[in-house]
Amino acid sequence: MADSIRLRVSRYRPDTDPEPHWQEYDVPLRKEWTVLDGLNHVKNEVDTTLSFRWSCRMGICGSCGMNVDGEPRLTCATFLSDHAPGPVTVEPLANFPVVRDLVVDLSDFMAKLPRVKPWIIHPDDHRTVEPDVEYLQTPEQLDAYKQFSMCINCMLCYAACPVYGLDPEFIGPAAIALAERYDLDSRDRGERERLDVLVEHDGVYGCTFVGECTRVCPKHVDPAAAIQRYKLKAAMETVKAFLLPRGAR
Amino acid sequence: MSDGVIRAAHDVLIVGGGGAGLRAAIAIAEVDPRLDVAVVSKVYPMRSHTVSAEGGAAGVIAADDSLDEHCYDTVSGSDWLGDQDAVEAFVREAPEELLRLEHWGCPWSRRPDGRVAVRAFGGMKKKRTWFAADKTGFHMLHTLFQTSLKHGEVTRYDEEFVTRLLVDDGRVHGVVAIGLLTGRIQALTAKAVVLGTGGCGKVFPFTTNANINTGDGMALAYRAGAPLKDMEFVQYHPTGLPFTGILITEAARAEGGWLINKDGYRYLQDYDLGRPTPTPELRSMELGPRDRLSQAFVHEVEKGRTVDSPYGPIVHLDLRHLGAKLIDTKLPFVRELCLKYERIDPVHELIPVRPVVHYMMGGVSTDIDGATPLAGLYAAGETACVSINGANRLGSNSLPECLVFGARAGRAAAEYASAAGRTPAVVEAQAGDEVRRLEQDLLGRGPGGESIAALRDQMQAAMEEAAGIFRTGPTMAKGADTLAELQERVGNVGLADTSRSFNTELLAALELANMLDISECILQSGLQREESRGAHQRTDFPARDDERFLTHLLVHRESDGTARVDRSPVTITRWPPGERVYGR
Ligand SMILES: Cc1cc2nc3c(=O)[nH]c(=O)nc-3n(C[C@H](O)[C@H](O)[C@H](O)COP(=O)(O)OP(=O)(O)OC[C@H]3O[C@@H](n4cnc5c(N)ncnc54)[C@H](O)[C@@H]3O)c2cc1C
Ligand code: SF4
Ligand code: FES
Repeated sequence: MADSIRLRVSRYRPDTDPEPHWQEYDVPLRKEWTVLDGLNHVKNEVDTTLSFRWSCRMGICGSCGMNVDGEPRLTCATFLSDHAPGPVTVEPLANFPVVRDLVVDLSDFMAKLPRVKPWIIHPDDHRTVEPDVEYLQTPEQLDAYKQFSMCINCMLCYAACPVYGLDPEFIGPAAIALAERYDLDSRDRGERERLDVLVEHDGVYGCTFVGECTRVCPKHVDPAAAIQRYKLKAAMETVKAFLLPRGAR
Repeated sequence: MSDGVIRAAHDVLIVGGGGAGLRAAIAIAEVDPRLDVAVVSKVYPMRSHTVSAEGGAAGVIAADDSLDEHCYDTVSGSDWLGDQDAVEAFVREAPEELLRLEHWGCPWSRRPDGRVAVRAFGGMKKKRTWFAADKTGFHMLHTLFQTSLKHGEVTRYDEEFVTRLLVDDGRVHGVVAIGLLTGRIQALTAKAVVLGTGGCGKVFPFTTNANINTGDGMALAYRAGAPLKDMEFVQYHPTGLPFTGILITEAARAEGGWLINKDGYRYLQDYDLGRPTPTPELRSMELGPRDRLSQAFVHEVEKGRTVDSPYGPIVHLDLRHLGAKLIDTKLPFVRELCLKYERIDPVHELIPVRPVVHYMMGGVSTDIDGATPLAGLYAAGETACVSINGANRLGSNSLPECLVFGARAGRAAAEYASAAGRTPAVVEAQAGDEVRRLEQDLLGRGPGGESIAALRDQMQAAMEEAAGIFRTGPTMAKGADTLAELQERVGNVGLADTSRSFNTELLAALELANMLDISECILQSGLQREESRGAHQRTDFPARDDERFLTHLLVHRESDGTARVDRSPVTITRWPPGERVYGR
């Protein structure tokens, strides 16, 4: 194994740069080093002006997503050696406005998140005294939504989604997966409300089933399956809407 | 108004969007929806370090368990330095809080009959640790964050870094914060401020803690005049992965994992922690408390019974006998982390581990309602020291601590804010000074000068040397000298990055200054405590000394910047100091 590898990093500082440009850095190639370790080496030893987000370096906080050799990846879980001999290109996540260097603007997603009402909706939600026992939920009932609850909001699926790329109104894979997570939770009664949201705003119809979201998801959330399920629900509702007056739904 | 020095005014401002901060925010929204609440966080709330907690959250729920037993385990675990009134309140309210999270949708692991399942944990005599597989903190944090979205009235300042508390006449009136995206530096005023800023593991070189755990809240409080309590107690977790410091949760041992040395021997049996049994025994062997297990490791190194690795001596955690099925249902994240970061499969291979800095028992001194001695300032979670953890925290007590005391601090801050008066005008001038310091002194500085990374490395090395698992007076004094020198040099760090937007170099400089203050407090407290208790083990004072040191130590910042240490009594209600007995 060579003892160093070249990183080809996209740089952009809005105060001085008219547009993004490439900058190259050679970093040590060590067996246990990830792309994030390489970037930190640059930040600490070579060029302190490089900016990127990271925190947990254990694949759970969702901060460190970037496009590595064109693919959206968690940089803390992507080994340099898997990209040897290099050069390894590191770019900000695709489909998002770039704030600076490798940092993208997530405010669109943060604004969309509450729209799908990602909390337990229950008729006696406004009770002042909570019951002092748990709602029973068998392991099978837990399994029904578990997968959709594993999303770390890393945005890799948005970076991979061709629909989001063209139509930023699309609410997107992770938000839909989260809606489905609560719909499938045996403690929740909010399916109807969420469906209204997803049908109304360019919710689920934008998706053309490319499945890129599921392919890039580091946590096996399978957002494509959630979108699929929502489309079915929406279709069923449309049929029902012809047959029943709205009040009876 | 928004373009001036003061950007907005709130009733209560919460600094921190982790478990403690979000719980406080929801508590306030629930108690008094008319109060104007805001949460400031240097990362998006769901990125907060609570997300990486793995093993679980303790709360008495099983039929064979009792509040008294949880109290006793916590008090003895704390080596009698925990305040027993606080422990009793904590133990009583923890199950209610965990249930509340259940009602909010937290995917707790379940028994076949649908009830919440509990698992064993280190130092706990009964099974009482609620868990969501081995991603408990992740699920708790996302549940809290998503539930907080229901309260649309809570204002959020995401990715904003607090640099200073505004204080006038002994009262806190808000903060100054840098908006990372815009680079805008402005004040947010508030009648009360709650700190939920988390731990400070990054003062050490090898830690389970995330990059953001730089103890900012402790430093903010300290500089504003609130004392820090029991700072000498730093928890080493016995099982971190050697290169990264990634944690392998205690749940791995609770489910039956063994710690073995280079001879394949379960060495804990040599350290008064009980006899090895094939299945785990509570409060025994691998389920002993963390301080004792980490100390046993050092003795194994001295005996030459550890394995050498490129990252220093290690021992092995053996999960192979548990089988793929149990590992995949109860410890899936452990397997994922080992496969991804060590490229080994715990189903078939031994996991290399060594002790790693994990948790700060000390922090901003508060009472049982999260109030600090500084009027209007509250703190909760890892950044606070109530204290329920004393000299050693038990695993799975700190997530529920964030909930119980987050809620308490939130309610107390709400009550205070309802009665508090207007923000005095001098606050604006103070904020202006801080804005100038950041904009002119730091941002305008340019390259050259000391390197932030180099100073940080030196600080971390000094802390590992001086405040490791075993300490002595002379090594701590030497460490304090090094820190004093670094304090001088940090004034001259260079800042090559003059850009406004997302200037992470500026943050690193501010975080380094915070960590240096905290490091100093750890050593100053450690020097004063001439005994060995819990996580503070001094080879020059090897015994616990209740005569002189059954007391909290408080570090105050003097006006000349030096640290002064004084004492405050430990509250004993029902459990007089006794011997800590494990495995017998
Ligand atoms: C790997 C790991 C595993 C753990 N496992 C367990 C476990 O199984 N059980 C258990 O009980 N405990 C566990 N712990 C401990 C527990 O997770 C933490 O003590 C707890 O989550 C701390 O929560 P917090 O809310 O106090 O702080 P954090 O979650 O760290 O949140 C701090 C918040 O403060 C904000 N902040 C900090 N500084 C600033 C600033 N200057 N300006 C603005 N915002 C700021 C951050 O953005 C963040 O939102 C574990 C810890 C680690 C490291
Ligand atoms: S669904 Fe997967 S890829 Fe998308 S944000 Fe969630 S974890 Fe990331
Ligand atoms: S740094 Fe947290 S997911 Fe990579």
